[in-house]
Amino acid sequence: MSDYILEMNDISKEFPGVKALSNVNFKVRKGEIHCLVGENGAGKSTLMKVLSGVYPYGTYDGDIVFEDQVQQFKEISDSVKAGIGIIYQELALFPDLAVYENIFAGNEVKKGPFVDWNQTIVQATQILKKVKLKVTPETLIRELSVGKQQLVEIAKALSKDVNLLILDEPTAALNEDDSENLLKLLKELKSQGISCIMISHKLKEVIEIADKVTILRDGKTICTLDASKGEVAENVIIKNMVGREIEDIYPKHPDKKIGDTVLKLANWSAYDTQLGRNVVKNIDLHVKKGEIIGIAGLMGSGRTELALSIFGNPKNYKLHGNLEIQGEPKVLKHTSDAIKAGIAYVTEDRKGDGLFLLQDIKSNVSAAHLKGISTKGILNLNEEVKVGKEYKDSLYIKASSLEQIVGKLSGGNQQKVSLGKWLFTGPKILILDEPTRGIDVGAKFEIYTIMNQLIDEGMSIIMISSELGEVLGMSDRIYVMANGAIKGELTMKEATQETIMELATQ
Amino acid sequence: MEFYKETKALVKANIRDYGMYIALIVILLTFTIMTNGLFMSSRNISNLLDSAGYIAVLAVGMTLVIVIRHIDLSVGFLAGFLGAITAIFLTQMGISVWITIPVILLLGAIIGLFNGILVAKIGIPSFVATLAGMLIFRGALLQVTEKTGTIIVRDEQFNAIGNGFIPSIMQINGLHLLTLLVGFVGVLFYIYNEISNRRNKLTYGFDVMSKGIFSVKLVLISAIIAYITWILAGYNGFSWTVVIIIIVVLIYHFLTTKTVLGRHIYAVGSNPEAAHLSGINVQKITYIVFGSMGMLAALSGILFTSRLQSATTTAGTLFELDAIAAAYVGGVSSAGGVGKVTGAIIGAIVMASLSSGMNLLGVGISYQYMIRGGVLAGAVIFDVMTRKQRA
Repeated sequence: MSDYILEMNDISKEFPGVKALSNVNFKVRKGEIHCLVGENGAGKSTLMKVLSGVYPYGTYDGDIVFEDQVQQFKEISDSVKAGIGIIYQELALFPDLAVYENIFAGNEVKKGPFVDWNQTIVQATQILKKVKLKVTPETLIRELSVGKQQLVEIAKALSKDVNLLILDEPTAALNEDDSENLLKLLKELKSQGISCIMISHKLKEVIEIADKVTILRDGKTICTLDASKGEVAENVIIKNMVGREIEDIYPKHPDKKIGDTVLKLANWSAYDTQLGRNVVKNIDLHVKKGEIIGIAGLMGSGRTELALSIFGNPKNYKLHGNLEIQGEPKVLKHTSDAIKAGIAYVTEDRKGDGLFLLQDIKSNVSAAHLKGISTKGILNLNEEVKVGKEYKDSLYIKASSLEQIVGKLSGGNQQKVSLGKWLFTGPKILILDEPTRGIDVGAKFEIYTIMNQLIDEGMSIIMISSELGEVLGMSDRIYVMANGAIKGELTMKEATQETIMELATQ
Repeated sequence: MEFYKETKALVKANIRDYGMYIALIVILLTFTIMTNGLFMSSRNISNLLDSAGYIAVLAVGMTLVIVIRHIDLSVGFLAGFLGAITAIFLTQMGISVWITIPVILLLGAIIGLFNGILVAKIGIPSFVATLAGMLIFRGALLQVTEKTGTIIVRDEQFNAIGNGFIPSIMQINGLHLLTLLVGFVGVLFYIYNEISNRRNKLTYGFDVMSKGIFSVKLVLISAIIAYITWILAGYNGFSWTVVIIIIVVLIYHFLTTKTVLGRHIYAVGSNPEAAHLSGINVQKITYIVFGSMGMLAALSGILFTSRLQSATTTAGTLFELDAIAAAYVGGVSSAGGVGKVTGAIIGAIVMASLSSGMNLLGVGISYQYMIRGGVLAGAVIFDVMTRKQRA
């Protein structure tokens, strides 16, 4: 019997065109809390998906040894049977079912062919005691706070007799008290012999709780730090997380002309009524003419929510604070008001809410500004083709014709169509949300070049990005966000990968 | 060779649109052969189009409702109810046709708008909201016809809408002259439109169809218009119902393809989130589409009442399902954002042709339902298959 409950040896996983994991080694001892850290896209989630059987045996290279046996999980239920429980960032509970029904969903307590509800409730009560959740089992999930829901998820995992519990960013949506409780519970479970892998961006928590910390970067294991040897320290973790060579693909722009302030936010907050919390907190921010502002931060830090709250508030947040455009206070009630005020927002999820995938290039380009191709509500379809052609040429969109269906274009070309759609509205302030996610290097370079052209024309750009290289390479000034708030503003002299990551992991 | 290549490319790119035209032609040819030409007789075609009218106008509105990912089940009995109100206006209250019709259309639009508010503002699923409407209007129809039973309408001007024909001026060889003239003007208008379109595109320097294909297209479509005109001229000419359908199609076709409003409707249908982020008022579009549906339901009620020359207690039964079927046969997609007004009309004519042809052949009503169901399923299967190729 080895000391390790889990050994993942030389794990490699490839997606078309991307090597997500290469020869990753990851070992967890019995009864330890092992934290897994790394930037967005470092491969943490992919590694956990390999472990839990989301990516079945055979689609990756390498061995998984769990409790001294080589495992070949073909689906998630295999890993559950073996005793691995995983809790994702997005909670997978049924909001309109009771706590006890959720705990045993898919794992029902049976008496013959029927569900034994009484026994279910008895067992649920015991497990709830274990996770120290003081609610009656009959309570509906909908009525619980996010922190308590998280505990129900853990109870659900425990009901399946897990020996290894995996938590993906468990505290991301929790307030301080709930986070504190959760960490306490993990320590308690550890004392009962349950090992735990926790993915987290909050380094303070990591330092508080971890016995070991493994750092991933670009799909490789960088190192494993041991708390008992005093190796776990914030600066060491950050250094190892970022230490990537930044490729020089950012076009230089030596003589920028920066003008007056065009957009100013003061004490700006947005309250999400569905989540029941502030997603944007007390933000002060300004953008000048001809400037590229980088907004850095990790996923879920409130950057997209900030953009939406400025762009006519389509999610109906409750807004507080002041928004000024070119010195004038504005209230933007609908996205159409924002467009009129000269704001454009290129979404993060171009397929989900950016493009009309079944429509062709030209009608996507004109969609946000049909006024530009119509008189008195009647379209000039020839003018539309002309406009489409202009943007196809100036943005280097590669397609056989303007009638090509956008859903069939490559990611980079889709992104350019999305950009074209917004440029046609003639914006003064362009918000780009992850402008180069999932597109190849050539298209990235083209988009950066276009951004430089646009600021020369007097536009201002707010660029939200998780890629540190991009933020450092393109911005004139950087705001770093975490937990919905701005944790710091950096000039380009101050900004390094380390300083940004330090602020983002607060 | 060039000609063949271009034709092939054109067919490949538009197979989705051409599919139902081909289906229609196959159905027409089959019935014509099986009935020894009786099916294509002037009288039968004229009757067929008149009987398709009240479903066709519903199908046009329903197509737009389905394009924005909703459904309206209330339109059948709404049409029946408003038809009865029309009859009451004309008979018991003695109001003139010229006032009655606009009032009824307006009433329909207001009721449709109310459905739109339930769906877009209050957030009730359209299936449930309009199911409630269906029950309410069914009750309302019974309520207003309870005392009198069937209300017989004797107003000749009104009854002409469903039974009359445009005046003839004079007959030439038994052919209806004004109909021939209208058809001729239609062909000229079509050719003028196409040529000016092409010239316009050329001034922009765009690619256009080669001259060969373009001429073939002009000749083919002109021939179809001319043939239909000739057939109808052989009986009583264009009926007022056909004239109304043509006007509705022209208006809605223009609205959906050439206006900002039309674009917004399709944008909301293809991706509501993206539409909202593009500054489109999704709620407003939903109101307009449901409002137009209500107005067309009123028109459908007027056409049906006029055709029967009376309002009955069961008028409007299952109209909504016939309209939905016609819309799907016409190529609308429940995934949203796809579907044409012209398709809806073709769909309605396909369904009416099936009924008419099978009646002529003496096919039992039980088989008729099964066959029409099969055609509907086939149309949707075709839709799903071609969509897979596209996306």
